[in-house]
Amino acid sequence: MAEAIVFWTLAVLILGLGVMVISARSAVHSVLFLVVNFLLVAVLYVTLNAEFVAVIQVLVYAGGIVVLYLFVVMLVNLKKAPERYADPRRIAWTGTLLAGAVLAEVIAIVYASVSSDEAGAAGGGFGADTPFAECGAGPLVSCNTEQLGWVLYTSYLIPFELASMLLLVAMVGAIVLAKRHL
Amino acid sequence: MPAGFTVDDFYYLLPEILLTGGALLVLVVDILLPRREWAALGMTLFTLTLTGAAVIGFTGVDTTISAGLLAIDGFATFFKTVVIVSALLTVLMSPSYLRVEAVRPGEYYFLILCATLGMLFMASGVDLITLFIGLETMAVSFYILAGYLKPNQRSNEASVKYFLLGAFSLGILLYGMSLLYGETGTTTLAGIAEALAGGERSLTLALALILLVAGMGFKIAAVPFHMWAPDVYEGAPTPVTAYLSVGSKAASFAMILRIFIEGLPGLVADWQVLFWALAAVTMTVGNIAALTQSNIKRMLAYSSIAHAGYILIGVVAATERGVAAAMVYLWVYIFMQLGAFAVVAMLRRKDVIGDELKDLSGLYLRKPLAAVAMLIFMLSLGGIPPTAGFMGKLWLFSAAIESGLVWLAVIFVVNSVISLYYYYRVVVFMWLKDEIAGSEIAVSPAMATALVIAVVGSLLFGVYPQVLFDHAQVAADMFGSAVSSTAALQ
Repeated sequence: MAEAIVFWTLAVLILGLGVMVISARSAVHSVLFLVVNFLLVAVLYVTLNAEFVAVIQVLVYAGGIVVLYLFVVMLVNLKKAPERYADPRRIAWTGTLLAGAVLAEVIAIVYASVSSDEAGAAGGGFGADTPFAECGAGPLVSCNTEQLGWVLYTSYLIPFELASMLLLVAMVGAIVLAKRHL
Repeated sequence: MPAGFTVDDFYYLLPEILLTGGALLVLVVDILLPRREWAALGMTLFTLTLTGAAVIGFTGVDTTISAGLLAIDGFATFFKTVVIVSALLTVLMSPSYLRVEAVRPGEYYFLILCATLGMLFMASGVDLITLFIGLETMAVSFYILAGYLKPNQRSNEASVKYFLLGAFSLGILLYGMSLLYGETGTTTLAGIAEALAGGERSLTLALALILLVAGMGFKIAAVPFHMWAPDVYEGAPTPVTAYLSVGSKAASFAMILRIFIEGLPGLVADWQVLFWALAAVTMTVGNIAALTQSNIKRMLAYSSIAHAGYILIGVVAATERGVAAAMVYLWVYIFMQLGAFAVVAMLRRKDVIGDELKDLSGLYLRKPLAAVAMLIFMLSLGGIPPTAGFMGKLWLFSAAIESGLVWLAVIFVVNSVISLYYYYRVVVFMWLKDEIAGSEIAVSPAMATALVIAVVGSLLFGVYPQVLFDHAQVAADMFGSAVSSTAALQ
């Protein structure tokens, strides 16, 4: 029951945000809706016990690709920025606040990981509380990432290698098409 | 060694490994060696020949490797040969065209080889993920190749259009695949066939089927998913257009036959209906739209749409004979279609783009041999004996009749007659109009080789088709048993 509630809430939110992405007037707003959309999809993956895909979703889509989108949107300058955002003092304040928040976050993460290291001192080293060794035949729920890696590098090795050629093609293509004179 | 993966797998992957290594070497050779144009061309031809030899070396082998993801069988070998022969012809018609367009050859050949690599995987994949990555490798290479003429706006337009619609269609295809996976719990075609052997139906399966047909329909440019084809074919560099209309189509048909006949034999009655409608509409719309074109590349684009409709008849028949007929037709199609595009590529000079029908006028006076070659390609595309196109059509026709698809056969014949009009128009321009425009037409040795191979292919398989029939029959055998056994169950 609880699962169903979570799922339907997420589904409605994801679809609603998807509509917002294509209906927002400003391109920047559209991209920001997209970020939230991606994050919610990541939550959906977590509820499906696919932690690895969820992390990748956040790192690659919400992190990498959308930042690129934002860059492109801002570089092509689809819409002139409203006057009030151009106030330099305001930007300085916001910047300081954001930088402070990030700093606090980093300190918190370092502190947390150091204390957890001390707690699990028997294993030693960073992240020693994760039992990698026990994961070989563990249940899907807890060992998602390990099992995915195992399958990817054994049965699916050849498609995996082919994907690397695919990425090389894309890279060569980006250079060929974007560079004026080779 | 981990489960399901052995050293033998690398032995069976020899063609793919050679091709990958060759493609990477082309990139290096292009940078390091002086006279890089010829070095890259030579390396490409060498790689393709070596790969072809390795593929032919596996004739008669029938096994699956890499934990059941890839099949090395007669079917795969047949389609790999088709793809490599078309790549060779494409590469041969490229150097003079690239020189006129003043673009760098190194990355061009690299991308052609990578597209070929993707096609090899599409021919031998028996698993949805492998097939998809092969398809994507091919598609991404073509997106870039279509836009390879950077200062040319039509080329840019072709690239962007193909990319957007291609990405969209891949999304649809993936949706279909994931629904199929959700329904059966496996991505291997054999596993899917087993899971659906009981003949159960559901809404999800129907949706998966429709999405798969639509996604693959985009790739073979079947109506109503053909909108991208004329614009992309017109804007892309002519050799790329040639390869797109032949290699990409052949590999996509290999994938269709694999997925539907090997993976979904239990649903044969359902997808037969979809493909029946697709085939009939594709032939008719393709041929009628081709009638009014004044640009040869657009005309050949619509003609290739129509040919996709013809080949779909073999898929609809879904019998051993139908599969064999589709394979025979694809084999003869590569020679006539590539030959026609080679002539168009030849017409490209410094001062003439050469892709309008009127650019052909007086060709008989200037280059009689090229005009005769073009005549043979047009006759073959129209299906006039004693050309190979006639044999291909005969096989498709008999396969349709054998499976009781009388109406489809009638539509097929009517369409063949309609198509004669626009193929004949090309001949009229070459012989009967004599206003000559533009500078002298030069035929490079590589181009001449390509034309000779295409002419020989278009004629040889028309007068002596037995070898081809035997090969296609052997390759189709495995499918015949799969389909007829399920048909007997129902």
